Amino acid sequence: MLTDIMLGQYFPGNSLLHLLDPRTKIISTILFISSIFLAETYQAYIILAAFIVFIIALAAIPPTMILRSLKPLWIIIVLTLLIHIFTTPGSIIYKIGPLAATQEGVRQGLFMTIRLVFLIVVSSLLTFTTSPIALTDGIERLLNPFKKIGLPAHELAMMMTIALRFIPTLLEETDKIMKAQMARGADFTSGNILRRARNMIPLLVPLFISAFRRADELATAMEARCYRGGHQRTRMKELQITTRDWLAYGVLGIIIGVLVAVRIYSK
Amino acid sequence: MSIRLQDVTYIYMSKTPFEKAAIKKIDLEIKQGEFVGIIGHTGSGKSTLVQHLNGLLKPSSGMVHIDGQNIHEKGETARNAKRSVGMVFQYPEHQLFEESVYEDIAFGPRNLGVKEEEIETRVKKALDFVGLDFEKFAKRTPFQLSGGQMRRVAIAGVVALDPKYLVLDEPSAGLDPRGRDEIFGQIMNLHQATGITVVLVSHNMEDVARMANRLIVMNKGEILLDGKPKDIFCNHQAQLKEAGVDVPPLTLLMNQFKQRGLEVDSAVIDIATAAQNVYKAVRRG
Repeated sequence: MLTDIMLGQYFPGNSLLHLLDPRTKIISTILFISSIFLAETYQAYIILAAFIVFIIALAAIPPTMILRSLKPLWIIIVLTLLIHIFTTPGSIIYKIGPLAATQEGVRQGLFMTIRLVFLIVVSSLLTFTTSPIALTDGIERLLNPFKKIGLPAHELAMMMTIALRFIPTLLEETDKIMKAQMARGADFTSGNILRRARNMIPLLVPLFISAFRRADELATAMEARCYRGGHQRTRMKELQITTRDWLAYGVLGIIIGVLVAVRIYSK
Repeated sequence: MSIRLQDVTYIYMSKTPFEKAAIKKIDLEIKQGEFVGIIGHTGSGKSTLVQHLNGLLKPSSGMVHIDGQNIHEKGETARNAKRSVGMVFQYPEHQLFEESVYEDIAFGPRNLGVKEEEIETRVKKALDFVGLDFEKFAKRTPFQLSGGQMRRVAIAGVVALDPKYLVLDEPSAGLDPRGRDEIFGQIMNLHQATGITVVLVSHNMEDVARMANRLIVMNKGEILLDGKPKDIFCNHQAQLKEAGVDVPPLTLLMNQFKQRGLEVDSAVIDIATAAQNVYKAVRRG
């Protein structure tokens, strides 16, 4: 069913990673993702892999969930591997027609694939351990300095929050309307594309009407409570950087330091 | 001829941390011609339960048979069995989409492959049943009607399917008392005129008590009570309280009379009989 979709794949928990400030997690994720590109040797990849396994264990996210996050991108992963294997010049180890697999290609392909997997795993760890609301909150605070140059940080974050808030509601609504029309004999699954598109009308028209109605009601409700943007707005839960966060930055610093060292000494 | 649920369990968000069993091991048979009321607190699983009655939800375990046909088999007979159950959702007016009232009501029958002449008579009958004038409303766009009228058009859209069983999930939600009485009066009329089986979900005891001849009380995904409304209101008040549903005000009043020493029969559910009962008791006393 549609309502079974997990929003932003947040996996509730109480681990150290869950408790970190969202800003810490966003910054660390960006830093760590960039440091993945420092790795060029087997040793560096082993260090990276060990660290990623360590944080997955720390976050107490079941490995099956991690694998599931890779699933939508597996075509890209396989394609990356194949392109590198067959396009990198070097000593040929296997030939299929005009395509030649090279030793360097295999090595390069493996590295690129692993890099890609690391990228996906690390960024999904961020969304696994941070609720969408905390995430937008963090983004808003990080964008705050850019307000001076006219970036509407609060408004952007509010829009994101509202959008996120209404995804499950609209999914539920879609599910309900779909069921109601199915109970009246509507068919959403068979026929060719043109026919199927036409069959969507009984679903889309009520859905749009209800989305507009909700938007209108929400706007009225916000105005009725004197909402006027982020100006001088206080919050119930202030984000706070604690010892935990400094500790996390420390560990991340060490890892990046090690990666830099490995890169320098392996040259 | 009946809808039969055997050992039906339904789990939402299966295999995630949000996993939750909405209904647990439900055994239920709804016989043709019955008027069944289903009541329960918010989240007691009543809406989930009724969505199994026409196969909109597939049970996580257990089986559903309509007139002896397993509805989760493939093929024409299973599909026809599902179609014999008409389903009116909460706020059914949210499903309207056509340009005219006529077209919206005709949507269902047309999907079933009913002929155009037949559709017109069905639309007329359905509009007549919900108390809207065909000449006046058929050509109008449904979006300019009042809330109560929109709801009636939506219900007419289900009635036009000519179902053997009619399931209604909170058909009176959000209507004023008059609109509520009208909708319920029309459902009652339909039940009496055509003998259609009605399953009515509500959290308002009073409505259900008045109309249903069988009452099912749901609590935490299970059937807590199943029997005649009179019997349930009079003899199971403690369990009703546990399920978080109120006893109808009339029963409450009669109980209070009894407590004060007036010899009344507290097992009455309509006002006229209750008044007579009180009158008799006072004269006797």
